[in-house]
Amino acid sequence: MSSRTRILGYGLLLICGAIVPFVIYPILAMKVLCFALFACAFNLLIGYTGLLSFGHAIFFGTAAYVSAYSIKVWGFSPELGILTSVAAAAVLGLGFGLLAIRCAGIYFAMITLALAQMMYFVFLQVPFTGGEDGLQGVPRRSLFGFIDLSDDMHLYYLVFAIFVFGFWLIHRVIQSPFGQILKAIRENESRVISLGYQAARYKLLAFVLSAALAGLAGGTKAVVFQFATLSDVHWQTSGEVVLMTLLGGLGTVFGPLIGAAIVVTLQNALADKVGALLPVIMGVIFIVCVLVFRRGIAGEFTAFCQSKLAERRADANHRKSHGLSCKGHGASGEGVSAKEANP
Amino acid sequence: MIKPLNTHLRKICFGLLLAAPAVQAQITDGVVRIGVLNDLSGTYAGLSGPGSVWAARQAVADFEPEKHGLKVEVIAADHQNKPDVGASVARRWFDVDKVDVIVDVPTSSVILAVNEVVREKNKVLLVSGGGSSDVTGKSCSPNTIHWTYDTWALANSTGKAVVASGGKSWFFLTADYAFGHALERDTVSVVERSGGTVLGEVRHPFPGTDFSSYLLQAQASGAQIIGLANAGGDSIVAVKQASEFGITASGQKLAGLLMFISDVQALGLEAAQGLMLTAAWYWDMNDASREFGKSFAAANGGKFPTMAQAGVYSAVTNYLRAVAAIEEDGNGAKVVAQMKAVNTEDKLFGEGSIRADGRKIHPLYLFEVKKPAESEYPGDYYKLLSMIPADEAFRPMSEGGCPLVTLN
Repeated sequence: MSSRTRILGYGLLLICGAIVPFVIYPILAMKVLCFALFACAFNLLIGYTGLLSFGHAIFFGTAAYVSAYSIKVWGFSPELGILTSVAAAAVLGLGFGLLAIRCAGIYFAMITLALAQMMYFVFLQVPFTGGEDGLQGVPRRSLFGFIDLSDDMHLYYLVFAIFVFGFWLIHRVIQSPFGQILKAIRENESRVISLGYQAARYKLLAFVLSAALAGLAGGTKAVVFQFATLSDVHWQTSGEVVLMTLLGGLGTVFGPLIGAAIVVTLQNALADKVGALLPVIMGVIFIVCVLVFRRGIAGEFTAFCQSKLAERRADANHRKSHGLSCKGHGASGEGVSAKEANP
Repeated sequence: MIKPLNTHLRKICFGLLLAAPAVQAQITDGVVRIGVLNDLSGTYAGLSGPGSVWAARQAVADFEPEKHGLKVEVIAADHQNKPDVGASVARRWFDVDKVDVIVDVPTSSVILAVNEVVREKNKVLLVSGGGSSDVTGKSCSPNTIHWTYDTWALANSTGKAVVASGGKSWFFLTADYAFGHALERDTVSVVERSGGTVLGEVRHPFPGTDFSSYLLQAQASGAQIIGLANAGGDSIVAVKQASEFGITASGQKLAGLLMFISDVQALGLEAAQGLMLTAAWYWDMNDASREFGKSFAAANGGKFPTMAQAGVYSAVTNYLRAVAAIEEDGNGAKVVAQMKAVNTEDKLFGEGSIRADGRKIHPLYLFEVKKPAESEYPGDYYKLLSMIPADEAFRPMSEGGCPLVTLN
């Protein structure tokens, strides 16, 4: 795929994102974007670094609480509240990361789960969170002092801008040399260490980055919904983000967005259609996805496209090797197939 | 969900409709839409759940809206005990689906979130399944009525009535978080004021799984009454384990501070016998309630209605009465004001009233769960011990901290 096609593609997506609130209910769209950013941040950790964290909701929820508290009680403006929440999530990510990075695989997952559960119970007991009732009634106020956020449309564009920023940041990280090292760590950590890189530092930085972006998603969500509750830090939310990422496709760029869109839309749209069957339906979808779409929806789609490309290339080579003696198309045929091989 | 219309434009029009009182009052969209928002599949599905939806539909059918020139629709959604889902469904219902009133809503975090949305959009919220006393306290709103019970009222009534019936010495088993502490604190103060004594308390982690050591401490204290300052799964497990330890068999009684007939049904009379609890309504108290209870059980797999589900019936009936009286449903605060202005009247709760802080007042009843031998027919679970009159059962308005009250 040429860079021009790619720019065109992203431009199209941006335009689609800009017209979404006129077609789809804005609150639902904002919820999808917040969870999509959360899933993208989670994907950075598991899809590109190979670290499965079972307690990622803690960064999401901590940021939601900090954002809600700073806006409601300290009187911060929304942008300051969200920035504060990102900082809080990053600090928490640093603390947890330092402890968890020492282990790998299942042990890493268990430690992150344990730390997340510990923080959950702290949030349950501490008075500022409001415990079971949650931190309610967070005012929406004005962005930068003049853009009124109580209008859902204005808020949507803010959330969209935040999502685009987060998505772009992750994209840059993945494409950078730093991202290459992360992928190498995912493939074979000992080889990376033997090459002279301090793998632990890279993992820690990826963890903190992922935590901060999850915090960005959480802080924004608190502004949209105007509350922060225990369900934001509950282990079930950690499980939901795993579901979204797996559904969409681990290690793909758009996978988490697709996964989040599906899960959030189903949860909200089906809430009043299927009643008690909703968890069953979500479970069945998850099972089908894991069994049939092993690489997630985006992953399967990419694999499908690549197999089609490989077929075309094989055909072209086949034609070339058989037609070399006939026409003079060999050179141009090679040129075409070379371009197609580098998307 | 994908609407071709411009939501913004619709909101402006709706805003104009509200802002012009001189404009002819009317039913928005021609239909009175009632949304039952509760937990359809999780922990609270038993106390509210699909039963509440049935109760709401039954209330509409019994009201016979055609006779009042109204068209009424009931829709339902599962908030899965998540405030996110509850608030987004509420917003979508108000913005897109033209719902006029939301009913039921168990789980306090969801109630408070939906309460804010309802206040913002000027609709109506009738809480029946949930019990947070903040709904008529610091979070009170001119758009919300707390219908059936709240935790303060239950704690207060249980404490008062049990002490009056002879249970003077208490020991508390408390869930160690804000809700459990609040329940315990409210009950302790009323027990001591009524002349009882508190011999001690023990806190268990929330959620708890094994209550053996706590129950044995309670047994050792020799208190006549063991107060269960917890709810849901914790209460059920505690009652079951207490029965296994033979605590109730040896003379001590358990007092559940937040329990429902659905919990008793789940436990079975063998385990729950002798348990004391307070309820706002029981199906076997009068003929109208018995008829309701039996048709509920027939339609809901043999389960008998809880007070929350009966509360939904009562709330919907009185809401429709108010809408029919003022002939409009678009202005939530106006409908609620109408409901507060007249006495409530329905076949399950009888006559009652709604206070300025949004609290519906009715008597509460102290029940004891029957022994298996005493139960003569399906659903015969409770025997009535005493009644607490309406004006004594609920927290006085002056103590709630509701801004609506202090303004008066």
